[in-house]
Amino acid sequence: MKPSKKSLALGAVALAAVLLPFITHSPSHLNLAILVLMAAQLGVAWNLLGGYAGQVSLGHAAFYGLGAYTSTMLLLNFGLNPWLGMLLGGAVAALSSLAFGWSCFRLKGHYFAMATIAVAEIVQIVFTNWEDAGSAVGLTIPMDQRGWGAMVFADKAPYYWLALGLLVLTLLATWAVERSHIGYYLRAIKDEPDAARSIGINIARYKQVALSLSAFFTALGGSLYAQKELYIDPGSVLSTALSIKMALVSILGGVGTLFGPVVGAVVLTTIEELTRASFGGTGRGTDTIIYAALIVGIAVFYPSGLIGWFREWQRRRAAQRAERRAAPKPARIPSGDQPAYSTDEGQS
Amino acid sequence: MTAEILLQTLASGVLIGLIYALVAIGLTMIFGVMDIVNFAHGEFLMLGMYASFWLFALFALDPLLTLPLTVLMLFAFGMLLYKLVIRRIIDAPMLSQIFTTFGLMILLRGVAQFLWKPDFRSIEGSWVSGSVKLAGIQLGRPQLVAGLGAIAVTALVHFFLTRTRLGAALEATAADKEAAQLMGIDSHRMFALAWGIGAACAGAAGVLLATFFPIFPEVGANFILLAFVVVNLGGFGSVTGAFWAGILVGVIEVMGGLLLGPQYKTAVVLVLFLAVLMFRPQGLMGKA
Repeated sequence: MKPSKKSLALGAVALAAVLLPFITHSPSHLNLAILVLMAAQLGVAWNLLGGYAGQVSLGHAAFYGLGAYTSTMLLLNFGLNPWLGMLLGGAVAALSSLAFGWSCFRLKGHYFAMATIAVAEIVQIVFTNWEDAGSAVGLTIPMDQRGWGAMVFADKAPYYWLALGLLVLTLLATWAVERSHIGYYLRAIKDEPDAARSIGINIARYKQVALSLSAFFTALGGSLYAQKELYIDPGSVLSTALSIKMALVSILGGVGTLFGPVVGAVVLTTIEELTRASFGGTGRGTDTIIYAALIVGIAVFYPSGLIGWFREWQRRRAAQRAERRAAPKPARIPSGDQPAYSTDEGQS
Repeated sequence: MTAEILLQTLASGVLIGLIYALVAIGLTMIFGVMDIVNFAHGEFLMLGMYASFWLFALFALDPLLTLPLTVLMLFAFGMLLYKLVIRRIIDAPMLSQIFTTFGLMILLRGVAQFLWKPDFRSIEGSWVSGSVKLAGIQLGRPQLVAGLGAIAVTALVHFFLTRTRLGAALEATAADKEAAQLMGIDSHRMFALAWGIGAACAGAAGVLLATFFPIFPEVGANFILLAFVVVNLGGFGSVTGAFWAGILVGVIEVMGGLLLGPQYKTAVVLVLFLAVLMFRPQGLMGKA
C-alpha cells in the first residue's frame, strides 16, 4: 500500500511549512507567514461552528478578545505564566460560550447572526470602559522576560512555530470532530434540522459542543496574538471587523471543509497585505476598496469558495477527459481496453 | 427639575428614534421582500449626507430644499445596486448574501474616503438652527425638523404601500413571491423597487441628519447596528413595526445613557434586545 498522492502533497507542504524560517530570513516575509497562519487558525476554529454546524457567527471576536485579555490580565496582575494563561483564556471563552449559546441558539439564520453581533458589541463596550482592563488605551506586555517559558521572543521565528503549532492543533481537533459521530450530527443539524431532531439528535447540545470548541480555539489564537504583539486594546482584539474576517477566511476557502479556511487565509491575508503595502500609504483607502471589491466578487461569483470551485473544476476536467476518451470512435462498439492514444485526433 | 430632565430626554429619544425608524424601514422592506439583510444600509445614509453636503457647499442649496433631489438620487442608486450586484445573489446561500452586502459596505466607505477624504464635515448656517421651547422642554430645531421630516417620509411610504397598486404588488411579493408571480407581478421589478425605496429612506434620514450630525465616510456604522435592532424588534419585514420599534429604541438609548452614562447607551439597547429575542425570537411586534 503506497501513500496516496494527497497525503504525500500534504506531507511536503507540512515539511516546507516547518522549515520556512530557515528558508527565508526576511522579517517581513516571516511576519506575513505568521499573519497567514494566525488567520488560518481563526478560520478553522470559526469553521467548527459556522461551517460544520452551519451557525453563522459574526461575533467571534468576543472569544478572541476574552482569550487575549484573560492571559494578559493574569500575566500583568498575578504574573501568571502565559502558557497557563492561554489555557485559562480558552477555558473562560468556552465557559462564556455557554451564555452566548444560551442566548443565541434559539434564533435561526439572520436572527442568529445579528444576535452574535450584538453580543460581541456588548463585550467590546464592557472592555472599552473597564479600567482594570486598560479601558480604551489597552494593555502592554513588558519585554523583560523572554524565551519559551515567558512566550516572548525578540525574533519572529518562534512566533511562527507557535502559530503553526496552534494551527495544526486546531486542524487536528477539527479533523477529530469531522470523523466522530459529532461531525455527522453537526452535518445533519446543518442540512436537515427537522430530520435530525426527529431521529433524536439533541440539536441544542451538539450546537453548543461546536460553539464551545470553536470558542476555545479562537481564544487560544487571541492569547497568541497578545504575546506576539505585546499590546492589546478593544480595537485590535474585539472589533466587528475581526469577527467578519474569521468568517470571511472560511467562506473564501470553502465552509465546512477541513483545509478551506487555510486556503482562504493564504489568499485573503496575502492580498490584504500586498494591497496595503502598495496602496496603503496614500491614506485614501485604495487598499480598502480593492479588498472590499474582492469580497463582493468572491461572494457573488464563487459562493462555494475556492475549494468548492477547485473541486468543480476537477470534476469538469474529469468529465471532459471521459468524454474525449469515449468520443473519437462513436461508431465502433468498445472492445476490451481502450488504447492510450485513443484520445488523439484520428489516425495519420 | 428632574421631571423636566426626564421629559427632555424622552423627547430627544423620540426624535432620534424617528430617524432610526426611517433607516430601519428600508432595511426591513428589503428583508421582507427578498430575505436579504443589507449590511450596506448605513452607507445609503452616508451617501445622502454627502449629497446634501456637496449641494450645500457648492451651490449653497439648503439640505431641506434638496431633499427631494437627494432622495431621487438615492432611489436610483439603490435600484442600480440591485441590478448590478444583488440580482446575482438572490438564490445564493445566506453566507454569500451576508458577505456581498458586507463587502459593499466596506466598498462604499472606501470609495467615500477616496473621493471625499476621511475628514469630519458639517453644514454650517442651514435654514434650521438654534432651538425652540415647547411646553417647557428645550428642543434643537434641526432635531425637531428631522423628526417631523422622518414622520412625513414614513407616512409617505406607508401610504404608498397601503394605497397604491404598485405598493400592493410590493406587499404581495413580500407575502408570497410565487403567488404574486402567478398574478403577473414581476418579482425582479419588485426587488429593485424595494432597494430603491430602501436606499431613498436611508438617504432621506441622512439628509435630515446632515444639519446637526457630523458627516464622514464611516457615519453609517453609528446607525446600522441600531437599525438591525429596530428591524428585529419590529419584526422582519414590518414597516409599521419598524416605526414603533425605532421610537422605542431611541427612547431606551437616551434613557440608558441618562441612567448609566452615555458610554453605555448602546450596550443598554443591545442587552434589552437580546433579552427580548430570548422570549420572543420573532421580535417584539413580529408574528409568530
